[in-house]
Amino acid sequence: MTTATVTDERIARTSTVTKLLKRPEIGALVATIVIFVFFAATTSVFATAPGASTWLRGASTIGIMAVAVALLMIGGEFDLSAGAMTGFTGLVVGVLTTEYGLNIWAAIVVSLALALLVGFVNGVLVMKTGLPSFIVTLGTFFVLQGIDLAGTKALIGQVAIQGMSDVPYYDQAKKVFGSAADIGGGLVYASVFWWIAVTAIATWILLRTRTGNWIFSVGGQQTAARQIGVPVFKTKVGLFMTTAGAGWLVGMLLLFTTSTVQSNTGVGQEFIYIICAVVGGCLMTGGYGSAIGAALGALIYGMVNQGIVYSGWDNNWLKAFLGVMLLGAVLLNEWVRKRAETAR
Amino acid sequence: MSKTSNQSTDGGTATVLTAPAANGTAVIEVKDIGKRYGNIIALSDVSTSVRAGEVTCVLGDNGAGKSTFIKILAGAHEHSDGSLLIDGEATTLSSPRAALELGIATVYQDLAVVPLMPVWRNFFLGSEITKGVGPFKKLDVDEMKRITKDELAAMGIDLRDVEQPIGTLSGGERQCVAIARAVYFGARVLILDEPTAALGVKQSGVVLKYIAKARDRGLGVVFITHNPHHAYPVGDRFMLLRRGKSMGDFPKAEMTLEELTSMMAGGAELESLAHELEKTMGPDSEVAQTLKADVT
Repeated sequence: MTTATVTDERIARTSTVTKLLKRPEIGALVATIVIFVFFAATTSVFATAPGASTWLRGASTIGIMAVAVALLMIGGEFDLSAGAMTGFTGLVVGVLTTEYGLNIWAAIVVSLALALLVGFVNGVLVMKTGLPSFIVTLGTFFVLQGIDLAGTKALIGQVAIQGMSDVPYYDQAKKVFGSAADIGGGLVYASVFWWIAVTAIATWILLRTRTGNWIFSVGGQQTAARQIGVPVFKTKVGLFMTTAGAGWLVGMLLLFTTSTVQSNTGVGQEFIYIICAVVGGCLMTGGYGSAIGAALGALIYGMVNQGIVYSGWDNNWLKAFLGVMLLGAVLLNEWVRKRAETAR
Repeated sequence: MSKTSNQSTDGGTATVLTAPAANGTAVIEVKDIGKRYGNIIALSDVSTSVRAGEVTCVLGDNGAGKSTFIKILAGAHEHSDGSLLIDGEATTLSSPRAALELGIATVYQDLAVVPLMPVWRNFFLGSEITKGVGPFKKLDVDEMKRITKDELAAMGIDLRDVEQPIGTLSGGERQCVAIARAVYFGARVLILDEPTAALGVKQSGVVLKYIAKARDRGLGVVFITHNPHHAYPVGDRFMLLRRGKSMGDFPKAEMTLEELTSMMAGGAELESLAHELEKTMGPDSEVAQTLKADVT
C-alpha cells in the first residue's frame, strides 16, 4: 500500500454527511440549530447582535468549564468541585489585592497555583485511594465552599469583594480577562474568545496528540491502558489539574468582567458543566465524547437561559428544560455506545 | 514486515531494539522466583528460562500461580524471592513500561484493548507515532492507519476499516491485533496469557500459527495455557505449575504429550482413581480402561 490514506474497495465511499453522523457531537449540533432557529423566530432580540452578545457571554464561561469537564469525563472521572473553584480563585485574587495589597498579577499567579494544587490533590486522592471521583471531589467541593464563605468573611468581614477596580494595574488584567470588543453592534466579551481558544486546544489535544489518545484509553478501559504502558496516573492527575485550571480561568473572567466576586459564586454550577458535556456526547462511563460537543452543550444552555428571558417566560423553566435535555442526551449516548461496542 | 528503524516515536517502547539474540540464548532466566502477598505465598521456587526463537509453555490449572508468574515477568508485580535475570543481569521490573522497554511485551487475556477506540488507535496506544516538534507535535494519523492495516494484513487479518472500534472485532481478530501489535513494537519476548482459552478450535489453530510465526522470527515466547494439546505442538520447553509451586521445567526432548497431559491432570491422582474404578466397576469396565490407558 503506497497511498497515505487507507482505502479499501469494500467500503462504499462515505459521504461527508455519513461521517458527520458518526461524530459524538452531532446530537448537540442539531439541538443547537433547532434552538437557535426557534428563539430567533419567536423573539425579536434573540438573533440581533446585542441579544447574541448576552447569551454568548453566558455560554462562554459555562463553556470553558464544560470543555474541561468533558476531557475529564472522557478520562472517566467527575469533578464536583469545578463550580466552587470558579468562586474560590476569584476570591483569592480579590482578597489578596484589596485586603493585603498584593500586586494583581502576583495574586493571579498565586490563585492559579492554588487551583492547580487543589486539582492535584483531587487527582492524587482519587488515584491513590481508588475511591470514586464523585465522592472525592464532593469532599473538595464542600471544603472549597466552606473556605469561600467562612474564610472570606473571616479575612475581610464580608461575603463579596469590593473596590476591585481601584487596585493598581486592574486595567491590565481587565484587558486580558474582562474587556469586550464591539463586533457588529454587539459586545463580544474576552471570555468568548477564551472559550473558542479552549475548545480548539482541547479538540486538538483529544484528537491529534498522544495525550488525547491516553485520555480516551484511561476512560475507556483503565486496566488495559495501564497494561499497555499508558501513564494512567499522570494522565488522570493532569486532567483534574486541567479542570481546576479551567476553574481558575473562569474565576478570572468572572472577576474582571464584573469587577466583583461573591462567596457563593459557582456553587451549583458543577452539574451544569456535566450536563453540557453529556449533551455534547460524553458518556457518563468515560472513554467517549467530544470537546466541541461540550462547547455546543454550553451554547445550548446559554441560548435557552437567555431565550427564556427574551420570551418572557418564567426563568425556572430552564431547570425543567435542562432535565429533559440531560435525559434525552444520556439515552442517545447509550444507544450510540451500544452500536459502537457490538459487532456489525 | 514494514518496520522502519527511523520512526519518530518518543515513547521509548517503539524504538527498534537490538536485533534479536541468536536463537537459543536465554533472554529471561528465572531462578527460584517467588511472590508473597503478606503471609500468603502465591508462588515459590519457580525456575525456567525463555530463549530467543523458542516457546516456553507455562502450564497449570486454575489457581496454580500462572497469573502471578506472568505478572512478575510483565512488570505488574515485583517478585519477592529468587532472582529474575534479563540478558544475564538481575533485574526487578517495577512497571509494565519497564518491561516493555526491555522488550518484554504481554498480551493479556482481556487483550488490553479499549473497546470504544478505533483499531488503529488501539494498535499504537502508548507508543503513538508523532510528527512535528514542541507543542505542535501531533499524531501521524495516516502513517499509523497505514501501518496498522499492513501489519494486520501480514498476520492474515484483512480489515475493511481500521477506523472501526476494536470492540466490533471478533475474539480471534482482537487476539491477533494484540499479538501483531506486540510483534510490531519490537518485542523480544512475547508473553501470551491464555490466548486460546476463549477461542473455538479453528480460531485456536490460527492463534497457534501466530505463536509459531513469532517464534520463527526469533522471538522468545512465553505461552500460558491449561491445555497441553495446545502447548505441545508449539512448545520447546514446558514448565508446570501447581498450587504455586513448580513441578519441573522440561525441554521438549524429555517429555511426550502423554506425559505432559498426565502431569497436568495430576497423574498420580488419576492413577489411583483408575484403580478405584477398576475395583468398583470391574477391570473390564470401559471407563477404567480408558483412564488407565491415559495415565500410564
